[in-house]
Amino acid sequence: MRDQILSIIEKNSRIDIKELAVLLGMEEIDVANELKRLEEEGIIGGYHTMINWEKTSIEKVTALIEVRVTPQRGQGFDNIAERIYKYPEVQSVYLISGGYDLMVILEGRTLREVSTFVSDKLSTLETVLSTATHFILKKYKDHGTIYDLKLKDEREIVTP
Amino acid sequence: MRQDILAKKVIDIKPSGIRRFFDLVSEMKDPDVISLGVGEPDFDTPWHIRDEGIYSLEKGKTFYTSNSGLMELREEICKYLNRRFNVSYDPAKEVIVTVGGSEAIDIGLRAMINPGDEVLIPEPSYVSYEPCAVLAGAVPVIINLKEENEFRLTARELEDAITERSKVLILPFPNNPTGAIMERRDLEAIAEVILKHDLIVMSDEIYAELSYKEKHVSIASLPGMKERTILINGFSKAYAMTGWRLGYACGPQEIISQMTKIHQFAIMCAPTTSQYAAVEALKNGDSDVETMRESYNQRRRFLMNAFKEMGVQCFEPYGAFYVFPYIGEFGLSSDEFANRFLSEEKVAAVPGTAFGASGEGFLRISYAYSLEHLKQAMERMSRFVEKLRKENGAVK
Repeated sequence: MRDQILSIIEKNSRIDIKELAVLLGMEEIDVANELKRLEEEGIIGGYHTMINWEKTSIEKVTALIEVRVTPQRGQGFDNIAERIYKYPEVQSVYLISGGYDLMVILEGRTLREVSTFVSDKLSTLETVLSTATHFILKKYKDHGTIYDLKLKDEREIVTP
Repeated sequence: MRQDILAKKVIDIKPSGIRRFFDLVSEMKDPDVISLGVGEPDFDTPWHIRDEGIYSLEKGKTFYTSNSGLMELREEICKYLNRRFNVSYDPAKEVIVTVGGSEAIDIGLRAMINPGDEVLIPEPSYVSYEPCAVLAGAVPVIINLKEENEFRLTARELEDAITERSKVLILPFPNNPTGAIMERRDLEAIAEVILKHDLIVMSDEIYAELSYKEKHVSIASLPGMKERTILINGFSKAYAMTGWRLGYACGPQEIISQMTKIHQFAIMCAPTTSQYAAVEALKNGDSDVETMRESYNQRRRFLMNAFKEMGVQCFEPYGAFYVFPYIGEFGLSSDEFANRFLSEEKVAAVPGTAFGASGEGFLRISYAYSLEHLKQAMERMSRFVEKLRKENGAVK
């Protein structure tokens, strides 16, 4: 039941409890309680909105930054990750296997803002060995959702 | 020109009720019409399956396959049926890949019927059984299923329809248009009758994956039934592959080999691209099926709840993607209800009578639509039902 609640609200966080209960064949009170538990356990971290900023007049630049660092004794990568994720302009920080250590996703208003952050803040952290910054040129799909998806029902209107 | 240019047997076949309703909807040419009338999934075929089809084209796999279908596909079909429904078939001798489940119905009947043999057809059901039986030279014997039995076929109903000419029983479950299923105990009850009267079963299990109660049980998995059952299934409903036109039949070698003979001369082989895509569907498609099934199930619950709120009577269907509400209380026939629903609220839902006389009083509502679409349609239905109740109240 948990899995089913999560899979529905992951796609539609605005669904109300009554409807959720109908779709899952459950009692409203049970759904409400389960949602509360999921929030308390930190499994549900928030109810955000997916926005296609490209369609607005607001300028935004997103960059993926590969960061190589020296892990610290007793801390591993956690300490350095924390120093990075505390910056509000940092959207995501992931520890990555392979050729580098941390993947940092950064959002800024201009290219300059992002590059300034990288050169002034990120590169100067003493455990950071190197960075490679990739600017996103176009988003085709995000969070499982395809931008500019044309939804047209091309089926015949009545079929056996 | 000569007068007898056409075959009488064909002229005598009634055009399908679906067709009539389709023409009616088309004539309206109204962009506001929303449909609840389709018998195919709203999902696209999962991308990895489409990709495999495209890849086969790129590699130039554009030849005929063997008449029975790619051996690799037949092997995957047998593995799948074994894994999902506990029936085992020999891919070399007991499987034929067809152009949709509908071809399997046609050639299966043609392979078995001698003139005058009777084919037992439970109704309401899919529109092609009766015409295919007639074209094969059979006498169709209709068994009218009842809502009080949740449109399941009972042993009693079957027994009552049997004569000494009875040969084949069509078993269309999960059912289009009612959404009815046959659970194990229901199948066990009719299996006794089938054995007693030495019938052959044509089990159309095209909606097998879309069962929402327990896992679908194939009658072929019951003791003594495999040797007298032709199991028909396909890719259209489970994998959202209607346009690929691919199905299959499994059964005793002596029947399958005769079906293959007809198929060989009439069709040659099922589309090659579709066969390659289908191999991928069977190998890596189980989770797609599960996701779609869960989605359908949510919509099913949504509709059942909507009818409850409207006060419209509807038995709870546990299969396919149809609900079959009873609309007889409004004093209109199925046709009248569907026509008025279309012209007054711009919703196209197929009258139950398009699937047999016993569909009178019912409406087939498909939930192969997004929830948003269904919500809009149910708002209109609720308004329509209120209006009819007011009209009826005024008469009294």
